[in-house]
Amino acid sequence: MTDTAPTEATTGVPFTLNGKDLEAKDGELLIEAAERNGVHIPRFCYHPRMESVGMCRMCLVEVDTGRGPGLQPSCMLTVTPNMLVNTESESTKAAQDGVLELTLINHPLDCPVCDKGGECPLQDNAFAFGPGESRFVEEKRHYEKPIPISDLVFLDRERCILCDRCTRFADDVAGDPLIHFIDRGNQTQVNTFPGLPFSSYFSGNTVQICPVGALTSKPYRFTARPWDLAENESTSTVDSTGARIVLQSSQDKLVRILGVDSDAVNWSWLSDKERFAYEATNAESRLHDPMMDTSGALESVRWNAALGAAVNALALAPSKIGVIGGARMSVESQYAWAKMLKGLAGIDNIDAQLGDGIDAEAIMSLPRATIDEAAQPGGVIVLVGIDPKEDLPTLYLRLRHAVVKDGASLIEMTPRATGLSEFASARIHTQPGSLGVIAQSLGTGMVGTSVAGVSARQLTDASKLLKSKRPVTVIVGRGNLAERDGYTVAALKSLRSGFPEAKFLSALRRGNIHGALEMGLTPGLLPGGQPLDTEIDGWITTPAERGLDTEGILRSAVKGEISTLLLLGSDPLTDYPDRNLVREAFDAVTNVVSVDAFLTESSQRANVVLPTTLAGESAGTFLNLENRLSPIRSKVTGPGQTRDDWMIAADIAAVAGGDLGFSTVSEIREEISALIPTFADIDWSEVDAAGDGPLIASSPLVGSDLRTSGADYSVPVPSGDYGLRLVVDRKMWDLGTMVNESASQSQLHTEAYAGLASADATRLGVFDGDKVAVTAGDHQASLAVKVIAGLPAGSVHIPFRLPGFDPGEAISASFPVNEVAVEVESS
Amino acid sequence: MPTNAYVPHAQGYVDNEGPKVVSSRFIHDDSHTLERALATDAYEGMKIALGMAPHEVAALVKDAVLLGRGGAGFPAGIKWGFMPPVWPRYLVVNGDESEPGTYKDRLLMENDPHQLIAGCVITCYALGLNQCFLYVRGEMALAQERIAVALNEAYEAGLVGKNINGTDVSIDVVLHWGAGAYIVGEETALIESLEGNRGMPRLKPPFFPAAKGLYMKPTIVNNVETLANLGWLLQNGPESYKTYGSETSPGTRMLAISGHVNRPGVYEVEQGKVTFRDLFYGDNYCQGIRDGNELKAFIPGGGSAPWFFPDQLDLPLEARPVGAAGSMLGSGAIVVMDDTTDAVKATLRLVRFYARESCGKCTPCREGTAWEEKVLQRILDGHGRPQDIDLLLEIGNNISPGPYPVASFDSQSLEAIPFPPKQTTICPLGPSSVAPITSAIRRFRHEFEEKIEAAVAARNAGDQDD
Repeated sequence: MTDTAPTEATTGVPFTLNGKDLEAKDGELLIEAAERNGVHIPRFCYHPRMESVGMCRMCLVEVDTGRGPGLQPSCMLTVTPNMLVNTESESTKAAQDGVLELTLINHPLDCPVCDKGGECPLQDNAFAFGPGESRFVEEKRHYEKPIPISDLVFLDRERCILCDRCTRFADDVAGDPLIHFIDRGNQTQVNTFPGLPFSSYFSGNTVQICPVGALTSKPYRFTARPWDLAENESTSTVDSTGARIVLQSSQDKLVRILGVDSDAVNWSWLSDKERFAYEATNAESRLHDPMMDTSGALESVRWNAALGAAVNALALAPSKIGVIGGARMSVESQYAWAKMLKGLAGIDNIDAQLGDGIDAEAIMSLPRATIDEAAQPGGVIVLVGIDPKEDLPTLYLRLRHAVVKDGASLIEMTPRATGLSEFASARIHTQPGSLGVIAQSLGTGMVGTSVAGVSARQLTDASKLLKSKRPVTVIVGRGNLAERDGYTVAALKSLRSGFPEAKFLSALRRGNIHGALEMGLTPGLLPGGQPLDTEIDGWITTPAERGLDTEGILRSAVKGEISTLLLLGSDPLTDYPDRNLVREAFDAVTNVVSVDAFLTESSQRANVVLPTTLAGESAGTFLNLENRLSPIRSKVTGPGQTRDDWMIAADIAAVAGGDLGFSTVSEIREEISALIPTFADIDWSEVDAAGDGPLIASSPLVGSDLRTSGADYSVPVPSGDYGLRLVVDRKMWDLGTMVNESASQSQLHTEAYAGLASADATRLGVFDGDKVAVTAGDHQASLAVKVIAGLPAGSVHIPFRLPGFDPGEAISASFPVNEVAVEVESS
Repeated sequence: MPTNAYVPHAQGYVDNEGPKVVSSRFIHDDSHTLERALATDAYEGMKIALGMAPHEVAALVKDAVLLGRGGAGFPAGIKWGFMPPVWPRYLVVNGDESEPGTYKDRLLMENDPHQLIAGCVITCYALGLNQCFLYVRGEMALAQERIAVALNEAYEAGLVGKNINGTDVSIDVVLHWGAGAYIVGEETALIESLEGNRGMPRLKPPFFPAAKGLYMKPTIVNNVETLANLGWLLQNGPESYKTYGSETSPGTRMLAISGHVNRPGVYEVEQGKVTFRDLFYGDNYCQGIRDGNELKAFIPGGGSAPWFFPDQLDLPLEARPVGAAGSMLGSGAIVVMDDTTDAVKATLRLVRFYARESCGKCTPCREGTAWEEKVLQRILDGHGRPQDIDLLLEIGNNISPGPYPVASFDSQSLEAIPFPPKQTTICPLGPSSVAPITSAIRRFRHEFEEKIEAAVAARNAGDQDD
């Protein structure tokens, strides 16, 4: 599929390994070349995704490059022609023996109580290459036993063998250099700086790469022994990056998630949100039974009663029903629901996005890039809207690597500075409402004058890069929930017409949102991006006319035109940006049917709640933001009477007297392949095999004209002289359901704050930490000021779903941009 | 003007008979001032260089076979030639002198900073670069102060900075103070430290400074004394330079002699012409061992060098024969021990230095040096075990595999093992800790055994009491 043939055909570097003549790849490290040829050289500090430091000396091998044999660290040695390598020589073995004896002299032999015991590289290497016993009779090094270096990670400095993996990860990969070596010689220790915890979004990776039990994570410590673990490779559904993971369980309970080194996606890294998401799956508050509101409160009922009630609530004209959600489910479940709703009931008021995404057809018509294409050395990445560090943290690590290590250039067109700003070659920070016109000036190349507060110089810098660097990849997401998506659509339109060869990477963030769009859980489309009038075999009907998106559904509900809301794992009451609209809609409808795993604010308002399994409990596939298909596997059984999402769709159909025509996941897959052109070539065994996962084929939408009805180039005029335009986006840790239900992560979010540009802070006479009064209509809150770099004057940044203030109260979906008053509090 | 005696102004310097290339101004109380420097032509060599083409300056230095004075003794002119034609490129001056027993660079920096500054400018000009970093060891407060003052004076006088001496040559010299670590004397660790990182060595290859040095750009790292020679060399020419010293090691060198001699101090000595015997016993030099005692052992090239013994007294002070005899001349530090010295204590003293100064990067050095220290301390504390002697040698073998360089022991017909040692570490710090252990155990094993036997006897006696 990929054109890798030419690079593999290049001549290799001949070398001799233990008497065998072999070939290394050009520039390949000896440790890798040996591994590829079946010779494992022991190592501690070497990690294939980080720069070598040659620190632990475990990988010393005897090498002769013509000047006689000598010991060389194979992790830092590039294979050169005719190199003679002996990993079995006496001097190699003596070095391995010696290094291991020295590594062990200060390492406590507390393996029986160490979490790493049983999966410990130090144990393994000591067993395979070590001297067997120690001659060290002195007192070992002592430190205070595990100290918390962050809310999630503990450090036991006695066990640490100072391999520099965690510190290198923090500095080089995550860009959070908050742990480092202090002191020297035998007193060298890893530690945090005084008063500064290792509060990195990626801290859990250090636990995974620690070659001993020095770093342990709070959720996993002392919960299992490695030999008791059963595991299954899967895909993280936490966000749309689709990081590859291993689910590990003990006694039918998920106890750990590890990152898998997938070349195409996550390179073994995970954000802490992905890594510790299983805690929500294990949460006590999970729904076990179907529930119905028969007497003013939700009570547990039997499935057939709940299904009957759900069918009754849905037994209405298609236009009277609105369906919100579906991004949390597997592709198979999404297909089952799409078929049930669109193909059986003819409903098209379905939207998997909650007013915080981008027009589905606009996204689906973009020529797609993969992460690898975006990260290509020499290319230019245009970041539109989002801060990947907060929204798609694992993607952030790939982008950071591309820009910092591989020489890709970055142009940022975001409402504020992002986690990548310090590496951006051009930083364009847009005021709400100006994204369209700014992209227009870049697209047309007319960059000679300043546009909407962005200087001609900034525009020219960006324009030069866009003209000189290839490939161009636009990464696009919704950067501001208080601003209509029309501005983003306008930006896409301008960038597409200005740079026809540019490719796009969708940064819609919700779990399997790309699967949902592909399966037609969006108004106006059938699965595979096909128009509503397409005939699909086995579908009884298709919707007669284009339905409504979430905003439309809520507005119709307020008007009384929709009387049943079906929530597919969504919680619009807290998650939809316009708080008033969603509240009024819930007050107006007669029925709410919720398919969920938790009693959220919205499902508490439901008449019927159908309990569902979560990823890890159900099998299926996941379509990530590249449209790459990878498996979601079940490892444990769901609690109580929970059922998989697709089963619930099939059950509803059956109770209503219909038949979806499948009763297993593989039957759904067969049907998807048979009926949906974009999946016609998918080999499901390839999806199931451990690998990068195939990309699905392009739908007819890809490359078609952008649906530009929403494109908005108007720059709204500020409404009042005290009004600041709202920039509302998400933090990685917020009050979102999955984070909040995960015990160790639920406290990691910050309080809401009012982010101000330094000019506005100066004008108001406030500094970091001062309180200001934020007023939106009837709502007022006192928020701490945070001066935000790169925020244009006139904007105020308030993150969504943090305690202290709900910016949803200040957002009206009917305004293109929204404003709040920010005033100094009278003391 | 006192001659052939201690110079009170330059404490530790002995103004003996002989040619003076780098220490000629030390006899003046105000040798560190610009006034004295100008009066004694400290910048004349630089002015001559600026009148030549850069490649001519480089060729002249190469012709003079100016050997690096930092320890390895590699010809500076040839080292300069390793620089690929890539700009920017940097000169870094290694003023992090901290080898046990060495203090000659400190005297050069404290007493003649202008000579060094002129040397920096000459080198930058010859190499076509305009940025020099002068890295001075953290503990050398006076040197830092004198260089800072001298740099200010030189900038003021137009001798450094923009359009030097009215030419179109512009060269900046930046003074950087270290934070106090022996390892930063190793050039790649020095570069790391200069970049603001922890001073930990980089692996060579691939990080040879001449190719990938400071900020991954080509970088020449030269020793203070090497550059101090340049002014005189330019002024007097390579031919005059080569009239001093031996054919293979021309010029003079600053030697710091400490320990049990009658007149320890820093001497400027012609290279290759003097033997250790001349140096220790000669009237022009150290004037004998203290109190008329016998010489027991001496370290010819700083704490990292294997020890020599009376058998080696007649070796000339020249790199090659010293290396073949199992040690090194290193940075010009000679430590003399008379027969009152306890070999085990002396070993511990040196090993403890390396254990404390290990940067902690490579496992064998970090763990091995500390282990060696603990074992030696235990032996001295009366808790030795018979197997400890071999254990010490085997720990050493883990840090520095294979036969370790050591001097011959003629009466026992033990051959010398030539320098340098092999290493399982990135830099030679760890292997340096093995030098005193191997040397002392080979020559004075009985001293270790006596202490251990006494300890065992005491333990056995204690057992019987119970």
